[in-house]
Amino acid sequence: MQQQLQDVFDRYTGEQSELIPILQDIQDVFGYIPSEAMSETARFLNLPASTVYGVTTFYAQFHLSPQGRNRIHVCQGTACHVRGAEKIITAIQAHLGIAPGETSQDFEFSLEGVACFGSCALAPVLVVNDTVYGKVTPAQAVDILEALR
Amino acid sequence: MRFETIREQALNAWTDFDAPGKPRILVGTATCGQAAGAGASLDRIRAYAASRNLADRVWEVGCLGLCYAEPLVELSQPELPRILYAGVLANDVEPLLRGYFERGDLRPDMALATMNGAGAAGIARFADLPMIRSQVRVVLRNSGIISPGNAYHYIARGGYEGLRLALSMSPEQVIEEVQASGLRGRGGAGFPTGTKWELCRKAKGEPKYVVCNADEGDPGAFMDRSVIENDPHSIIEGMCIAAWAIGAEQGYIYARAEYPLAIRRLEQALQQVRDMGLLGSNILGTGFNFQIRIKKGAGAFVCGEETALLASIEGRRGMPHSRPPFPAQEGLSGKPTNINNVETLANIPVIITRGSGWYSRHGTEKSRGTKTFALAGKIARTGLIEVPLGTSLRDIVFTIGGGVPDGRQFKAVQTGGPSGGCLSAEYLDIAVDYENLAEAGAIMGSGGMVVMDDETCMVDVARYFVEFTQRESCGKCAPCRLGTRQMLRILTDICNGRAKREDLDLLEEIAHVVQAASLCGLGQTAPNPVLTTLRYYKDEYEAHVRDHRCPAGQCPGLLRYVIDPEACTGCTACVRKCTVNAIAGKKNQPHVIDQETCITCGACYAVCRFHAVTKV
Ligand SMILES: Cc1cc2nc3c(=O)[nH]c(=O)nc-3n(C[C@H](O)[C@H](O)[C@H](O)COP(=O)(O)O)c2cc1C
Ligand code: FES
Repeated sequence: MQQQLQDVFDRYTGEQSELIPILQDIQDVFGYIPSEAMSETARFLNLPASTVYGVTTFYAQFHLSPQGRNRIHVCQGTACHVRGAEKIITAIQAHLGIAPGETSQDFEFSLEGVACFGSCALAPVLVVNDTVYGKVTPAQAVDILEALR
Repeated sequence: MRFETIREQALNAWTDFDAPGKPRILVGTATCGQAAGAGASLDRIRAYAASRNLADRVWEVGCLGLCYAEPLVELSQPELPRILYAGVLANDVEPLLRGYFERGDLRPDMALATMNGAGAAGIARFADLPMIRSQVRVVLRNSGIISPGNAYHYIARGGYEGLRLALSMSPEQVIEEVQASGLRGRGGAGFPTGTKWELCRKAKGEPKYVVCNADEGDPGAFMDRSVIENDPHSIIEGMCIAAWAIGAEQGYIYARAEYPLAIRRLEQALQQVRDMGLLGSNILGTGFNFQIRIKKGAGAFVCGEETALLASIEGRRGMPHSRPPFPAQEGLSGKPTNINNVETLANIPVIITRGSGWYSRHGTEKSRGTKTFALAGKIARTGLIEVPLGTSLRDIVFTIGGGVPDGRQFKAVQTGGPSGGCLSAEYLDIAVDYENLAEAGAIMGSGGMVVMDDETCMVDVARYFVEFTQRESCGKCAPCRLGTRQMLRILTDICNGRAKREDLDLLEEIAHVVQAASLCGLGQTAPNPVLTTLRYYKDEYEAHVRDHRCPAGQCPGLLRYVIDPEACTGCTACVRKCTVNAIAGKKNQPHVIDQETCITCGACYAVCRFHAVTKV
């Protein structure tokens, strides 16, 4: 891990304004922000570890635990809500046994609710591993996930 | 490079792109197109084009705003009218293209419109489409028309002419022109842009900064995403002009992490203008220096608020502070900073090239110009539009948007996202501008409009928004942190049929306190969805409280699906669709839903052709 972190730090000069980009790079490498990485970042930027932890937990994008192989994002924006996003979440939740914010025990799936993808015209929207699906029904959502197994 | 040389090259590129004498295929591949399947269609189109030696005549373009009809493909070939086709899925590609290019078959059944003004039997002209007819496209001037990855296309259509002109004017003259246009901030608050620039120009402190707010946090809004994806240079040019006017040398674009394509387009566009000498040092030989960097957000709604946004750029938790000091006085690193929204900036080049007089002819007295709106929810033609301010809600929702689909009844239109409100049918005739919307208890906000029908529960909508603001509250001030939580508790109780009549009064009281006492706009406006629904839809609240009934049949806690044994034919369609195996029943015998297992997802309700599944 040390080497991978060093590779990230090498791209930066060590100012606090770089904290969020550094955390984003770390998450790109590991898929989440390991706690050791937070301490190392604090050392690199000369900040208290509490500041780094505070920033990491403030932003919804950062995960503190490993994520599943397939990342499921269900849009919970207004347009999607009005067009039945809740029902998609309920169906996925019942099917996989994980609630938004959770990862399945076999690390196959992580489920997350997201505020809006800006594809509201095609609501409800489901994004699985960066592929955007528009106008999905609860049954289709379950089919899409099953196809990934 | 001299601007004349760049422009000449741009015109050549455009002539090649737009040549009437050459065949051409355009595919809309903005995020909405991709969500509808444009990626797969594009693959098929490229394969066909390669086989006909047309590989270099296929272009990816942005979005025309007709998102409901995606994937959109435009075909053109000498002697035939240019035609825009709707809903072109991968399997439609081959027959459509063969017909058009090989047999001159125009396929009116799939055609949406002719694009070059020429008519064709049974196909409407683009400009005559009900969704297009009353639009005035300033911000969307290039959307869906140019290839957003090609800077020359932007320049050929007048791009960077505004910057060239601005650089030949004094900064004060530029500010005067923007002031005279009457342009107001499109990020929500509607502050006059020229005045903001002047404050920042006059503020003491060096260096100064220009920031573009591309955080677009309002759920249900996608104007800014679309403008960036479809016409990234319009924002860059607007920022350059702003920087010249206020005297800044460094700019930032703060963009949402959820918009990966928009960020890619911006990065690409920035590199293009750096290479051309339109950004960087000594721009166009005038001695003006300006750099732009992109900062990616990390998923916090409150970071759209300007002081929180600056904290986030500085690498801190995105918590707002009270103003004054305003960013124009003390912004990034304590220096004067001008923050503008994406759409505000995209207007600037046009105001400079066409003049403030032209711009201010559109709109109403206090709300000049045009505004983009994102139409979504229960509306037939979802998409992105731009109309003069002062257009009525009715025109927007019914004439342009085509009204409510599936034979349902219009109930409300929600404007302004979590800070806005829900307007009922009696408000349909108000002219949409900053003042009128505020008076009705909603706000203009950034321009999201979500339409709701009689199957939308307004109490649930209020609960939904408060759940959002409660989650996104940064926690710094108590009225917002605790008040949104208490409102959410009461609203959840109401939706579950557990609330009492007095709770409605308490809810209203808390809403007024949160509105009056919160530190930033998030808390101050969070009660708006509650107060407007209490005002216009009190009867729905009362049905939940008094009768434990959700009139719209939405609230899961008050909803059960049951199968009418008389109407059920035992076709097993619902059994197969049920995602949790809650439906039992043999073929040709009436089915039964196990209420313990049922998650009320409504899959059975949607699939039953015999209306045997009912909501009670
Ligand atoms: C909670 C909150 C969220 C906001 N989100 C955004 C946003 O996503 N985009 C935006 O441009 N302005 C947003 N604003 C408004 C900004 O604070 C600011 O007024 C705006 O960026 C100024 O630009 P303008 O004058 O060009 O509108 C938000 C304000 C609040 C209080
Ligand atoms: S509300 Fe779901 S994509 Fe915008």
